[in-house]
Amino acid sequence: MDFLTLIQVLDSTVRLATPLLLACLAGLFSERAGIFDIGLEGKMLMAAFFSAAVAATTGNVWLGLLAGIASSLVLSGLHGLASITFRGNQLISGVAINFLAAGMTVLIAQDWFQQGGRTPSLFSGGRFEPLNLPFADALADVPVLGPIYSELLSGHSVLVYLAFLAVPATAWILFGTRFGLRLRAVGENPAAVDTAGVSVVGLRYAAVMICGLLCGIAGAYLATALQAGFVKDMTAGRGFIALAALIFAKWRPWHALGACLLFGLLQAVALRFQNIEIGTFVIPVQMMDALPYILTVVILAGFVGKAVPPKAGGEPYVKER
Amino acid sequence: MDKMPKWADVVLIPLISLILAAILSALVILGIGEDPIAAVNLMVSGALGSTYGWGYTLYYATNFLFTGLAVSVAFHARLFNIGGEGQAMLGGLGVALVCLYIPWPHWSLALIFASLGAALFGAAWAAIPAYLQAKRGSHIVITTIMFNFIAAAVLNYVLVNLLRPEGSMDPATARFPEAVHLPSLHELLAPIGIEFSKAAPANVSFLVAVGACIAVWLLIWRTKLGYEIRAYGNSEYGALYAGISPVKITMIAMLISGGLAGMMATNNVMGEAERLVLNSTEGAGFIGIAVALMGRSHPFGVFLAAILFGFLYQGGAELALWTSIPRELIVVIQALVILFTGALDNMVRGPLERIFLALRRGKA
Repeated sequence: MDFLTLIQVLDSTVRLATPLLLACLAGLFSERAGIFDIGLEGKMLMAAFFSAAVAATTGNVWLGLLAGIASSLVLSGLHGLASITFRGNQLISGVAINFLAAGMTVLIAQDWFQQGGRTPSLFSGGRFEPLNLPFADALADVPVLGPIYSELLSGHSVLVYLAFLAVPATAWILFGTRFGLRLRAVGENPAAVDTAGVSVVGLRYAAVMICGLLCGIAGAYLATALQAGFVKDMTAGRGFIALAALIFAKWRPWHALGACLLFGLLQAVALRFQNIEIGTFVIPVQMMDALPYILTVVILAGFVGKAVPPKAGGEPYVKER
Repeated sequence: MDKMPKWADVVLIPLISLILAAILSALVILGIGEDPIAAVNLMVSGALGSTYGWGYTLYYATNFLFTGLAVSVAFHARLFNIGGEGQAMLGGLGVALVCLYIPWPHWSLALIFASLGAALFGAAWAAIPAYLQAKRGSHIVITTIMFNFIAAAVLNYVLVNLLRPEGSMDPATARFPEAVHLPSLHELLAPIGIEFSKAAPANVSFLVAVGACIAVWLLIWRTKLGYEIRAYGNSEYGALYAGISPVKITMIAMLISGGLAGMMATNNVMGEAERLVLNSTEGAGFIGIAVALMGRSHPFGVFLAAILFGFLYQGGAELALWTSIPRELIVVIQALVILFTGALDNMVRGPLERIFLALRRGKA
């Protein structure tokens, strides 16, 4: 593989890792607070649709982003209502949210645009344009470093940079602030947080809403930056890969970045090379598709390091009387 | 003492949840500018108004019976098996191998062995998550989700590279031989003088599914194993104290669950398509979750819920055909049913319990 191909593969790795990273951090906040969320996929999908629909109607991508985030927050509120207020099963609630999004997006899209469950294609103004970093063109001819700067680092949409900045921000919020300390505590031992006079319900709702915000951005990125418009089921399992990355990263922000880049790389390679030949052995493209899931199962099984989820995860908190 | 009489728990709560889901679905239909009453009329006449409609309703119901029972059996052991979709896909592979590579003299023999093959493949696919849960403590929900995706990749590989007939571009197996053709309800009912639509895909697998319902009922409520599964599901520690092995129960419950999900393939692969195609399950594995939740994991409840979802599926198809309401309406209804009967259970239960307590106090 020559240098330019390598740069191109890494460039699409960054593009493909971005939605995973945003969704993964979303799940990180929620699960660190003790709320399992397998509805990441649904929230992303809902946000993808509403961001594309509003961007197509108004011609303003920022309004689209806001609409995407708002729709994702509504689903987050629903998840909170079911799993925090009514102490229902968080996994079942997540499953319901995924189906709700899969159905509603097509239903509304058909009613709104009559294009068989898709939105019209987005043109300039309705899309996030690539952002050229300063001197990118001037430095393009410098050997090695030039292409890295102008091809790999420059030329992404603003949401990509936002996603990567979200990693240190998440690390700082979780491990450097009082809110973060409480948020982690509520996922490990909610009774202790309650005894300290801090609202378990309030903290968990806050975490679920941050999750909705990040999923909203992830969905908007899919429909208005990575692609130009919404198509049915366009998240294509990314929410579950993000969930896999979260487990892979053992619920830690910097590890999440690594896991998402790895899974993004797998997707980029699978997209670019159909069957990979190593000597006489051929790795089929299906193997590349399944690899994130297989790796996650292996990690979960504890054969390569043990992934221990937050202790109170999945359990509704019942105040003892 | 229970806060509510048993009938309220078994009948009233699911009924109220269902009504709530129906009201919201009607609002959704209103929201996209269609008439909900006309939509219901169209669904009823399309799904139940003719033997053709019934034939499709029962065909879908057969799929949902198998996957609903699969989720139910796991539920009894408090295992949430989201992997029905993957297990049913692999079940299809089992059916295809049995039908393609063994020359069967008669469909009845083929059906028995295809069922075994399907159950074996489905159970094998459930065995790995079950083992990882029982022995390594990895969460069964997450692993079964991952296994759905892995199953899709495996099936894709097998159909594209191994089972695709020479010269065909379609990622699918060859057609099954004529001898393994399962009789449709039309062929079964004609000799006893009942006219049934020729075109509908409902077939003898429906009877197998009903048999599976009875078998699951016997297993859960009439055998020692069933008792152990329920005991384990009620209280892991209590069961442990009574000498019930968690590893054994987890493994057995998931193997049965996966086997049932796999057996769905006798209906959709062997009974209808008569060849294995990509995405032959069409989401039936996931509908099983809604069916099991609504049926309260009881085989009779599962039966009713499966018929209801069969009706919704066929009615939804008719809606999509005659109005501008897309088929995805069923997915929304499915989501609402799961939401209300599963996740928001306490929202309905809480007020009801208060009402019953107040009534009882009034009487005393």
